[in-house]
Amino acid sequence: TTCYMCACRCGIKVHLKDGGIRYIEGNRNHPVNRGVLCAKGSAGIMQHNSPARLRKPLMRVGERGRGEFREIEWEEALGAAVEWLGAIRARDPKELAFFTGRDQSQALTGWWAQQFGTINYAAHGGFCSVNMAAAGLYTIGGSFWEFGEPDWERTKYFLLFGVAEDHDSNPIKLGLGKLKGRGAKVVSINPIRTGYSAIADEWIGIRPGTDGLLVLSLIHELLRAGKVDADYLARYTNAPWLVIDDEHAADHGLFARGSDGEPLVWDRKREQLVSARDADARPALSGSRTLADGRRGTPSFELLAKRCLDPRYAPDAAAVETGVSAATIKRLAAELAHVAFEEAIVLDQPWTDCKGRRHARMIGRPVAMHGMRGISAHANGFHTCRAIHLLQMLLGAVDTPGSFRYEPPFPRLIPPSGKPAAPKGASTPLSGPPLGFPQGPEDLLVDGAGNPLRIDKAFSWEAPLAAHGLLHLVIANACKGDPYKIDTLFLYMANMSWNSAMNTAGTMSMLTERDPATNEYKIPRIIYSDAYYSEMVAYADLVLPDTTYLERYDCISLMDRPISSADHAADAIRQPVVKPDRDVRPFQDVLIDLGARLKLPGFVTAEGAPKYPGLYPDYIVNHERKPGMGPLAGWRGANGGQQGVGEVNPRQLERYIENQCFWQGEIPPEGRFYKFANRAYLEWSRDMGFRDHTEPVVLQLYSELLQKFRLAARGHGSVQPPPQHRDRVETYFDPLPLWYPPFERESDGYPLHAITQRPMAMYHSWGSQNAWLRQIHGENLLHIHHERAAELDIADGDWVTVTSRHGRISVRAKLMDGVNPDTIWTWNAIGKRAGTWNLAAGAHEATRGFLLNHLIGELLPPREGGYRYANADPVTGQAAWYDLRVKIEKAAAPLAHSEPAFKTLAAPALPARPTVLRYGANFRPPRPDA
Amino acid sequence: MHPAFSVIVFTTMSGAGYGLLAWLGTWAMMGGLPVNRGLAAVSLALSLGAITIGLLSSTVHLGHPERAWRAFSQWRSSWLSREGVASVATYAPALLFALGWLVIGSTSGIWALFGAIAAVSAIATVVCTAFIYVSLKPIQRWNNGWVLPNYLALAAMTGALWLIATTSLFGLFDRGLALGALLAIVFAALLKLGYWRFIDRTASPSDAGTATGLGGLGRVRLFEAPHTSENYLMKEMGFRIARKHAAKLRMIALVTAFVLPLLLTLAALLVPPSLGPLCAIAAAVLATLGVLVERWLFFAEAKHTVTLYYGAERA
Amino acid sequence: MTSLPTHSSGKQLGLVIDLDICVGCHACAVNCKEWNSGGVAAPLTDLEPYGADPLGVWFNRVHTFEVGVGAAGRTVHFPRSCLHCAEPACVTVCPTGASYKREEDGIVLVDEDLCIGCKLCSWACPYGAREYDYDAGVMKKCTLCIDKIYNETLDEASRVPACVATCPATARHFGDLGDPDSSVSRLVRERAGYDLMPELGYAPTNKYLPPRARRTAAADVRARAELAPVAPAGAGGFLAWIDRLLSG
Ligand SMILES: Nc1nc2c(c(=O)[nH]1)N[C@H]1C(S)=C(S)[C@@H](COP(=O)(O)OP(=O)(O)OC[C@H]3O[C@@H](n4cnc5c(=O)[nH]c(N)nc54)[C@H](O)[C@@H]3O)O[C@H]1N2
Ligand SMILES: Nc1nc2c(c(=O)[nH]1)N[C@H]1C(S)=C(S)[C@@H](COP(=O)(O)OP(=O)(O)OC[C@H]3O[C@@H](n4cnc5c(=O)[nH]c(N)nc54)[C@H](O)[C@@H]3O)O[C@H]1N2
Ligand code: SF4
Ligand code: SF4
Ligand code: SF4
Ligand code: SF4
Ligand code: SF4
Ligand SMILES: [Mo]
Repeated sequence: TTCYMCACRCGIKVHLKDGGIRYIEGNRNHPVNRGVLCAKGSAGIMQHNSPARLRKPLMRVGERGRGEFREIEWEEALGAAVEWLGAIRARDPKELAFFTGRDQSQALTGWWAQQFGTINYAAHGGFCSVNMAAAGLYTIGGSFWEFGEPDWERTKYFLLFGVAEDHDSNPIKLGLGKLKGRGAKVVSINPIRTGYSAIADEWIGIRPGTDGLLVLSLIHELLRAGKVDADYLARYTNAPWLVIDDEHAADHGLFARGSDGEPLVWDRKREQLVSARDADARPALSGSRTLADGRRGTPSFELLAKRCLDPRYAPDAAAVETGVSAATIKRLAAELAHVAFEEAIVLDQPWTDCKGRRHARMIGRPVAMHGMRGISAHANGFHTCRAIHLLQMLLGAVDTPGSFRYEPPFPRLIPPSGKPAAPKGASTPLSGPPLGFPQGPEDLLVDGAGNPLRIDKAFSWEAPLAAHGLLHLVIANACKGDPYKIDTLFLYMANMSWNSAMNTAGTMSMLTERDPATNEYKIPRIIYSDAYYSEMVAYADLVLPDTTYLERYDCISLMDRPISSADHAADAIRQPVVKPDRDVRPFQDVLIDLGARLKLPGFVTAEGAPKYPGLYPDYIVNHERKPGMGPLAGWRGANGGQQGVGEVNPRQLERYIENQCFWQGEIPPEGRFYKFANRAYLEWSRDMGFRDHTEPVVLQLYSELLQKFRLAARGHGSVQPPPQHRDRVETYFDPLPLWYPPFERESDGYPLHAITQRPMAMYHSWGSQNAWLRQIHGENLLHIHHERAAELDIADGDWVTVTSRHGRISVRAKLMDGVNPDTIWTWNAIGKRAGTWNLAAGAHEATRGFLLNHLIGELLPPREGGYRYANADPVTGQAAWYDLRVKIEKAAAPLAHSEPAFKTLAAPALPARPTVLRYGANFRPPRPDA
Repeated sequence: MHPAFSVIVFTTMSGAGYGLLAWLGTWAMMGGLPVNRGLAAVSLALSLGAITIGLLSSTVHLGHPERAWRAFSQWRSSWLSREGVASVATYAPALLFALGWLVIGSTSGIWALFGAIAAVSAIATVVCTAFIYVSLKPIQRWNNGWVLPNYLALAAMTGALWLIATTSLFGLFDRGLALGALLAIVFAALLKLGYWRFIDRTASPSDAGTATGLGGLGRVRLFEAPHTSENYLMKEMGFRIARKHAAKLRMIALVTAFVLPLLLTLAALLVPPSLGPLCAIAAAVLATLGVLVERWLFFAEAKHTVTLYYGAERA
Repeated sequence: MTSLPTHSSGKQLGLVIDLDICVGCHACAVNCKEWNSGGVAAPLTDLEPYGADPLGVWFNRVHTFEVGVGAAGRTVHFPRSCLHCAEPACVTVCPTGASYKREEDGIVLVDEDLCIGCKLCSWACPYGAREYDYDAGVMKKCTLCIDKIYNETLDEASRVPACVATCPATARHFGDLGDPDSSVSRLVRERAGYDLMPELGYAPTNKYLPPRARRTAAADVRARAELAPVAPAGAGGFLAWIDRLLSG
């Protein structure tokens, strides 16, 4: 089956003995993990064995937020849900906010929301790494995250930006092992030197939030030295496309286009304007030209070069903010250029590009980059991530041998097709998925006055490219009724009253706040599905208990977050390996059941009977989103002989199980690189159903799409931002790369940066119930550079008070050397609320553990005009967790427990905690030598 | 090292018991051990009682006391096993010696020989006990030349003090013995001081650098222990005692184990005979208590190399 | 039998741990616990597993050290388990014969049925490789996954210790260190693998491969320290030049 101790989705073999789980082992054949298993995955037995597992549906009794429930039967639970949701749907579907946290079935949940008719749907990506995803998708049609990977086999130089663990947990470790084994150079850019940074050949202890500046400075150096892959830029990117230069026009900054609508380039040979699609074009990368209408057009590359050659991006200037010395920046640029150009890789693999040109070889630039939340969890993360992709492009290092590589179904068109669906009326499904990719201001979800239509304000002027929604704002907005009130908050798998909330204490009170007029809760109803007694359960009115990952079917679909690798497409399933011993049901089953009971289109037959009476497994096999395309790509067609596209195969699940629960489809060798313009790949991926055309993907050095928003802010077009948002949109929708300091500032009186890291042996909040993992990370400390600590008279183990503009915590300190001196940090999500997770009173998670979240406000301070924007990236709405600024001081005296401490929650009926755990005693084989 | 109560009691009690037995046996062998049933009863009870309590206490500390008998099997390699064998083996001559002295009323001839054998076995047992510690290379504060003489001297000292106490109780106070005891106290005190001086001044060959092999790269400091929770290793071997605290306890041990017994023994020589037994008993009791403190320190101050993996920079 | 084998078969199975690539992920520690929880040393009891002070038996623990400071400073992850020493005093001190070293492959084991729980062997182990199971009253330790590496019900490729099979960074290697031609022995030679606390004379079988020197000089990747400008300063100079870079 497939592991679910984190989102990496490794293949596992679960060995059973006498009905119990004897051993969970990595599946050596599995493309994701190749047999290895991380610490979390290895502790799966204890997750399954957790005494915090919910046992039965629960209905709240007493006040919300106390943890007092009565157990109810499923019929009653589903009946209540149908009654609440049915009424909403008949009234106004968007009064349901359905947010699904760390959901691996978004293809189902999103579709359910669409059929229900609510636009208020998203998973957790908005506070996770939408900057990474959006910047990538809007720039190269793919991204880091799990949508691409370095060419681990060939890379000679690897830059890792802000990664502690990643979603690609095991693949990154396997890859780093390979790189180090081969002697490739690994550079880790990270304020903290642990984990991957510890084994890097070079650690750059950058100041948080300044990577964009560092990258633009590297670009500055490369440009100055002419170390760019000009041919690559001219062929595969929009570098030669001419940008209209007409300051006050409505199309200023857009591409000059011919009568066929195709962008124009200047042909150096023919000395004329030609279509960028022209296979014989010899486009120029510099030089302003006169367009047909007499205006001037400049290749976007020239605009980019001018931007980046500006002295503010010179290494000496960048050194000041980044804390990385000018000499180091210069050297890194020189090393990148050397490896990319002097140590290029040549594969003797002929291929044909999208313009029909045959190439005898594949040229590889063996420098690869990867980044994650250290980049994206900042308010400048979108542009920083874009800058990293531009750096790759300039080096000709996108999807070439040795560089970053796309994983199918990527690359997608830029941006991917599918716009966020607009609201429809009562009892009506949306015309498409609620989430999507706006292509311009017209695609925003705003009303005539420019106000947000979604509860989380995604796709509004405050977060126009919020491709993953903004889960971090739902509760605050719903509580305020801004932009409107909702009726029911339906959450799945998101610990929103604790570690995934900014302003945790505030969030808890918003969840319980009542309207003084009616004495009703401001968020009238909360339905929640969790598998364990987490902090969030206590805030639900109706709890739908889920199974553990070993007790259900799941589908890791290419329509969702795929598990492909650069050489093949892949998807997988989970199958139940043990039966639940409690009255719990897989959430996906419940959702399909609810869909049928609510008679949502697609969930019922024409006669109104349930369409998927076999629930999720039935849906996985029989659901078709488009003809021939369903959740799983493998073994399609009546006899299982087709892949990608093919009619429903009733035996599909059996085929998956026979094949160790995963499927892979190999990319033909000719199609494995230059996927954006590789005919073999484009055709293959069309045949697989990933695209319905073979249009190439042109890498966006210059983002015309961003310029469209900027033009709107300048008063052009039919959809324009309301006046108070204009400056902001104008500033941040820059078509060229840009670095600006994050919005939390030292000048507010908080000199230090405060960030968190994922511990490799713990998954957010849900590892603390794990008897093994909690021995490793049962409490956390605040790590401080020893020199900074000495200045503040802080010693190891001292209690310190940390204050931000938003809040204050008191915790214990631990000194270290390997951290940027202006940065303090801790492991994420170790602190727990007393009473939860079936931990005993006094558990250190609650008494000594802590969250930084109490210090992080969900809104920025009122600045210009008094408006409080979200503490987020202005382009995507990505939560800016790591912008946090603090000051610390030694506590006057040691404390009995970390602060703040919250009232102990009551718990529903959970099994007694064992005081001695002798797991496995019954499996013991005869002893050797006995 | 964690100063486990059972082991401290065991080594102290068995030390005193074997010390006393050794003196009795030696006295018998040299001739002149008074045939006094009272003295025999009390001193043998004290000696064998202490030994037995000690042994029982060490057995209780086992995870599987019912399997304790297995510990006799590995005398070829294990000092613990040898100690077990020696301690049990000592009972045979000791009981025969007791039979002669207490029941038959003879301390000469064959019965003296049993006494002599008991004395030799007793000393051998104490040597084995000492070697259990001496042989542990991970604990440099035990793995040195001072430990064996210390164990022997302290056993001799406490044994001698108990001998004087019992003899004086039966009006058999002997000045020669008392002088011998004074000598034993001074000798043991000097050895103890020598031991402390040694452990204060001698660094173990192992440090965090050699424990990890990373010493060549710079000073090695623990950043994160493998678990935030407790573990057996740190409970058992991670015991740490503050320098100040140790100094205080050393002073207490010094005064109780040596200085006061010395003064009281001197007093026993000087005061009227009616008060002699009181002084002698007080000396023996205090010395035993003092040795308990000394033994506690012997464990508490011992540093195991495993602590190098948990933040200690030297073991 | 606690006396060491008088003649060895020459085979000495053990682990080689590469500190240069260990990322400190604890996978080896947890997977070890998982495998052994149902193995010959089962259970690896956890006391108060959900309480304030959980205390469990582990055969493998991963420490993190900082070494040196500033530019010379580095962080090193350090897994620690039994080293299956050639001169294991943990064996010779055992009074019962419960601790023994196998003649055929050098693995050091505890026979729990003989163990009286005196803990002396754990005192004798410099490396902290033995853990007492308070609940079972016996000593436990790394078995080198003897019930896995010789397990005929498993396929060939699975017959390696759990910690080795699971290590995501492939920092752990298993093999016969008694055979100078084995892949692990070669690795040790090539990378100057070393013993922990050689001064104590236990002659550990397991070896550690040292972290490699950092590569922070341009010369380490054969590059120059900085790039030379192609043209006089300013955008114009470079731009006039860029199109010459284009082929065709
Ligand atoms: N300070 C700080 N805060 C952060 C971050 C940070 O870096 N720093 N990171 C942010 C990011 S990126 C993320 S993604 C979030 C993560 O935070 P969350 O999304 O809240 O993730 P978890 O805490 O792992 O838990 C989600 C819930 O899922 C439940 N669950 C587990 N398994 C199952 C199951 O099988 N079925 C069901 N129905 N429920 C299950 C768990 O019990 C838990 O209550 O935290 C965010 N918060
Ligand atoms: N074991 C484990 N694995 C997980 C998770 C888990 O909880 N546990 N969570 C999963 C989830 S939801 C996510 S989103 C991913 C996230 O995976 P990562 O992105 O690896 O997660 P973070 O721990 O947030 O790592 C951020 C890293 O960026 C660094 N950093 C912070 N600010 C900056 C900066 O300004 N510049 C640079 N260069 N670095 C910076 C931090 O020091 C940290 O090392 O991990 C997933 N995998
Ligand atoms: S990385 Fe670990 S927890 Fe995540 S899926 Fe893989 S084995 Fe499971
Ligand atoms: S590491 Fe310790 S337990 Fe293992 S053989 Fe060596 S001394 Fe014995
Ligand atoms: S604890 Fe068991 S294995 Fe260890 S020395 Fe004692 S009897 Fe031997
Ligand atoms: S060899 Fe086996 S028992 Fe030993 S540390 Fe590795 S997994 Fe644990
Ligand atoms: S599994 Fe490998 S990388 Fe992870 S801690 Fe163990 S040895 Fe290190
Ligand atoms: Mo995340």
